[in-house]
Amino acid sequence: MAEEVVLLNFWPSIFGMRTMIALEEKGVKYEYREEDVINNKSLMLLEMNPIHKKIPVLIHNGKPVCESIIQVQYIDEVWSDKNPFLPTDPYQRAQALFWADFIEKKLCVCGRRAWTTKGEELEATNKEFLELLKILQSELGDKPYFGGAKFGFVDIIMIGFYCWFPAYDKFGNFSIESECCKLMAWGKRCMERESVAKSLPDPEKVVGYVLQLK
Amino acid sequence: MAEEVILLDYWPSMFGMRTKMALAEKGVTYEYKETDPWVKTPLLIEMNPIHKKIPVLIHKGKPICESLIQLEYIDEVWSDSYPMLPSDPYQKAQARFWGDFIDKKFYDPSWKVWGTKGEEQVAAKKELLEHFKTLETELGDKPYYGGEVFGYVDIALMGYYSWFIAMEKFGDFSIETEFPVLTQWTKRCLARESVVKALADPDKIIEYANILRKKFGAE
Repeated sequence: MAEEVVLLNFWPSIFGMRTMIALEEKGVKYEYREEDVINNKSLMLLEMNPIHKKIPVLIHNGKPVCESIIQVQYIDEVWSDKNPFLPTDPYQRAQALFWADFIEKKLCVCGRRAWTTKGEELEATNKEFLELLKILQSELGDKPYFGGAKFGFVDIIMIGFYCWFPAYDKFGNFSIESECCKLMAWGKRCMERESVAKSLPDPEKVVGYVLQLK
Repeated sequence: MAEEVILLDYWPSMFGMRTKMALAEKGVTYEYKETDPWVKTPLLIEMNPIHKKIPVLIHKGKPICESLIQLEYIDEVWSDSYPMLPSDPYQKAQARFWGDFIDKKFYDPSWKVWGTKGEEQVAAKKELLEHFKTLETELGDKPYYGGEVFGYVDIALMGYYSWFIAMEKFGDFSIETEFPVLTQWTKRCLARESVVKALADPDKIIEYANILRKKFGAE
């Protein structure tokens, strides 16, 4: 039976990028629908994600899966025959989930604050943001990817930030390349993958989007 | 080979209670180490250097942090009995969604309703009641969140049960009156030994909430 896969997304969303990359990695064909989340959320979005009313929403054979980390796990489990994202060992899986949770709970939350604060609070936010990136860089260590030799779950969860780095640099008045060059190298390595290159927007477009918001 | 399982936990923690329930459901014996998270012991810092928080599950010397991740780990390692998550990927995604909802949405107002005052407390109460309603609606006619069988989402929410009394007392509402279906579900869960043994004494929770309220300036 042909699988019907639809993704409701908003192009600058780091969260949506995760799901797109996961689908591309598995070679899953899907219909992409752009949502105007700022002005006009579609009835479909409100129906498919009544609790949070947020993108991305993955709709598989008419049934919605919400929250990007959950979507990536779902995609890994349904299309399990190729490119596994998570390790099979339970302890290694728990470590991967831990780092995804860290990115979600700490980095995403801090990153969001960078756009809504100013003055001293913004300075503190920027400082924290760089510290969090350094923690992630430490975790990466000398490995080519977060999972080790292969591109995997944590890489998928984190890589969307790469196209946002120039925007953070510009408005944070710092240089992520100077502060975290190994992390930037990791980003460039990931960008060589077709799934990633296809799913991340042009960083200049992201800068333009942020300028529009501010 | 004997499994070596240690749990670093703090008696009032709703997160630690989840992990205790899961270990009990699977019949796993473990060493409990009371760990005050306000006092960062060397063991806590070594085992959870990133967050320095409890609970930390230590299995054969290796730490697993974050309670929902611990639930999945316990379910995978001790997979021969009482599966906590469904095997179907879609059902699993729904269970994870509700675990995430509980921690992302329910958690904040659940402590602010007893830990803050004035406008902040009023807003927290309103939000908390909405989330209780959402959770009750999701339960529906099912005996448990997972359907016929007690599982992941039941554990995720029952972890908070010891604190319901503090939410009610300081929020000035009754869960039984407002949410009778949810109350029936709590009674069903309380018939399980794994749940009862994991929960804290409600009087001690109220006493602790009072200490924290003073600390947070809520009174």
